[in-house]
Amino acid sequence: MKIEILGVGCPKCKQLTVNVEAAVKELNLQAEIGKVTDIDKITEYGVMMTPALAVDGIVVSAGKVLNKDEIKKIIAK
Amino acid sequence: MAGNCMCNEAGVLIFPCSGGSDVGELSDRVARKMAKCGQAKMFCLAGVGAHIPGMIESTKAANKIIAIDGCQVLCSKKILEHAGFNPVSFNLKEMGFEKGKTQLTEEIIEKAANKISGGKSEETFSRNSGGCCGN
Repeated sequence: MKIEILGVGCPKCKQLTVNVEAAVKELNLQAEIGKVTDIDKITEYGVMMTPALAVDGIVVSAGKVLNKDEIKKIIAK
Repeated sequence: MAGNCMCNEAGVLIFPCSGGSDVGELSDRVARKMAKCGQAKMFCLAGVGAHIPGMIESTKAANKIIAIDGCQVLCSKKILEHAGFNPVSFNLKEMGFEKGKTQLTEEIIEKAANKISGGKSEETFSRNSGGCCGN
């Protein structure tokens, strides 16, 4: 599983990254966590509101800092 | 770096039908004018219609979604509804702009923009109203 946090690096993006890492750890998943900070790449995903979250290349959330439990529900599917 | 941060509140997103007719173009010009004036952010109806996940998720972050349609076919409203959204709908025909008989002058664009934002500015655009720049 590849999880990407899309955002240019503001505190909200950093918080989402922390929450993703915590969710992955709690689920004991093997996941590659990456950050997409290039604004051109972010817009290529169709994302206009950050932070956004993509799982295996599909955007699953935008404009929200999902909490750990919300992330767990998404990546556990 | 957090330059060009896109994490501000989504606010009001506006989706014109941008159709091929004069009133379709008017919807587009009105939306661009309102975006330029800070009353709403213009967004991509085509992206929503194509179910681009990033576009859909970005639209979900909006405080309010506005559809501007040039005629009674209401393509913008219907595309948004098909994607699961519940937009506030404005039909330019109901505002007196007739397909095939509408000239795209600055005066007409201003008039249409005022009809959409005027009177409903506080309710509809409360989250993102900067007032009109008057250009």
